Amino acid sequence: MISIKNLTKKFDSIVAVDNVSLDICEGEVFGLLGQNGAGKTTIIHMLATLIKPTSGTALINGYDIIKNSSKVRKNIGIVFQAPSSDDMLTGFENLKIHSYLYSVPSELRIKRINELLKLVGLYERKDDIVKKYSGGMRRRLEIARGLIHKPKVMFLDEPTLGLDPNSRKSMWDYIQKLVKEEKITIILTTHYMEEADTLCDRIGFINKGKIIAIDTPQQLKLMIKNNNNYDDNNNTDRYIGDTIKLYFKVTEDIDAKYNNISPILTKNIEILKSFKFVKKVIEKKEVGNKNVVLILHVDDINHNLPIILKSIDNVESIEFSQPTLDDVFFTFTQGKIAEEPEGGFMERYAQYKKND
Amino acid sequence: MGINQILNYKLVNNFLHIYAIWLREFKVYLRERSRIVGSLFTPLLWLFIVGSGIGSSTTLSIDVNYQKFIFPGIISMSIIFTSVFYGAYIIWDRKFDFLKSVMVAPISRETIFIGKTLGGMTNSMIQVFMLLIIGLFIGIEYSLVSILQIVFVSVILSFLLTALGLGLGSRMHSLEGFQMIVTFVVFPLFFLSGALYPLDNLPDWLLFLTIFDPATYAVDALRNSTLGIATYSFEFDLFLLFCSTVITTLFGILSFRKMRAV
Repeated sequence: MISIKNLTKKFDSIVAVDNVSLDICEGEVFGLLGQNGAGKTTIIHMLATLIKPTSGTALINGYDIIKNSSKVRKNIGIVFQAPSSDDMLTGFENLKIHSYLYSVPSELRIKRINELLKLVGLYERKDDIVKKYSGGMRRRLEIARGLIHKPKVMFLDEPTLGLDPNSRKSMWDYIQKLVKEEKITIILTTHYMEEADTLCDRIGFINKGKIIAIDTPQQLKLMIKNNNNYDDNNNTDRYIGDTIKLYFKVTEDIDAKYNNISPILTKNIEILKSFKFVKKVIEKKEVGNKNVVLILHVDDINHNLPIILKSIDNVESIEFSQPTLDDVFFTFTQGKIAEEPEGGFMERYAQYKKND
Repeated sequence: MGINQILNYKLVNNFLHIYAIWLREFKVYLRERSRIVGSLFTPLLWLFIVGSGIGSSTTLSIDVNYQKFIFPGIISMSIIFTSVFYGAYIIWDRKFDFLKSVMVAPISRETIFIGKTLGGMTNSMIQVFMLLIIGLFIGIEYSLVSILQIVFVSVILSFLLTALGLGLGSRMHSLEGFQMIVTFVVFPLFFLSGALYPLDNLPDWLLFLTIFDPATYAVDALRNSTLGIATYSFEFDLFLLFCSTVITTLFGILSFRKMRAV
C-alpha cells in the first residue's frame, strides 16, 4: 500500500530524513515513534505531498508522491498535529466544504457526511460551531474530515496530543473502529507509548532521521529484553526485563529478627538460583517497612511466576513488572535526550539558521 | 466518457472547489460580526469627522463640499483596507493548520487563490453597499448607470487589492510581516490615491507618485460616476485598473505556487 524508497529530506545542510525505506501493507496500523525533531512529521508531510523530498520517493496505492501528487492526494486523508478545523463553521459545514474540495459526488455528499459524523460520535453536535467543541471532539471531527473521500491511507500526526485520558481512550476506540469498518491503512505518530502499543501492528523507531528499528510492539519488547549485558560479577548497569519482587514480612524489630528469618531466606535464594530462568537475585532489607525483599530478574515471567511461587515459602506479597514500550523508547534513544534542543525540527532549523 | 464530458466534469469540479473556498470565507465573514461593525466604523469616522472637520475650513477649486468630495475616496479607502488586510490575513491562516488542510486537498494553488480572492472581494463589496446607503444621507445622488459603474469599479479594485494582499501575505512568515504590509502598502495606497485631495493642483513630485497607485484610478473613476468630477477619462481609469489587476493576479498566483505548505 505504501512503499517508501530511500526517502531523504535536507534543509540546507541539516538532514531531517535520512534515506528511509519502508513498506507498509494494506490495512496495517503503522506507528512512527521518536523524539521531537526525529523526522516523523517531515516524513508524513512528504508522503502527503506537502513538501518535496530532496531525493528518493514513495508510492502510495501505486502512485508516486512526486510524479503523481494529485492522485496521491485523492488517496490520502490527514489529521495534522495542530487543530486545523475551521472554528467559525459548524461541524457539518466543515465536512461539507471538504466534500466539495474532494469532489464527493453530490448524490452521496449528505449521506456520507452524516455517516461519518455518526462514526466519530458527533452527529448530535453537527450544527454547533466548532469553537464550542472540546479538544477531543475537534480531533474526531478532523478524522471524519480526513475520511470524507474514502481515502485508502490515513495519516494521524499525534492524534491524541493534549487530550485528557478519557478522550484519549475514546479516540483509540474510534481509531480501532475505523480500521475495522473502513479497512484503511493508518500511519500514526505519537509520543504516548501506551497508545502505540494499543493501536499499532508495527512500530518504526526514528532517530535523527533514520529508522533504527521496525517490528511489532511485542518483538521490540523482546528485543530489548535480550539486550542486557551481564559482566563477570553478574552486574548490569541498567536492567530491562521481567522483574519480580518478593516481600518476606518481619513482624518485629528487623535487626533482631533478621537472623531468624535468614535460614528461610537463604534456602529460598538457593532454590531460586537453581532455576535456569532466574538470572539474578538481589537481596534487600527495607527497614522502614519491616520487610525483606528479593528482587529477581527472570525470563518469561508469564510462565515462570507460578513455578516460583510454588517452590518457595513465607512470601507475604509480590510485585512484578514487564518492560513496556517506554523502555524500548529509552533504549533506542539512550543518552541522546539531553543533547537535543526543545521543539520540533523546524524550531531546531530556525535555531541553526540563527547561529549560522 | 467523451473528451467534452471530461472537460465539462473538470470545469464543474473546478467551480465547485472555488465555490467551496469562497463559501468558507463568506460564512466566516458573516459570523464575525465585530469585524463587520469595526470595518464600517473607520470609514464613517473619516467621512463624518475628517470630512466635516477639514471641510469646514477648506474650499475646493471645484464647486462641491469636501465631505461629498471625499466620499468616493472613502469607498476606495474601505476597499483598500478590507481587501489588503483580508489578503494579508493569510499569514494567520498559515500560523494555524487550517490552510494546510486545504493545501493537501487535490486542488490546484490557483483554485485556492481564486477562491480566496473572490472571498476578499465579497467582503469588500458588502461594505461598499453599506457605504453607498450612507452616501444617501450626505446627499449623494445615484442613477442606475452610476450605481453600475460604482459596483463595477469597486469589484475590480477589490479583486486587484485582495490579490496583492494574498500575494504579499503568502510570502511572509511572521506576524510582523502584517505590520510591514500595513505601513508600506496600505497607507501609501490610500494617501497617494487622491482620496482626500484633488489631483489637479499637486506639486509635480506628488502627482508623479500618484500615477503609480492603482487606487488613484479607482478614486478618479468613482468620483466621475458619483459627482461627475474627474482628472482622467472613465475608460482610461478602467484600462489602468484592468492592467493592474492582471499584474497583481499574476503576482498572487506565482506567490501561491511558491508558497510553502508547511
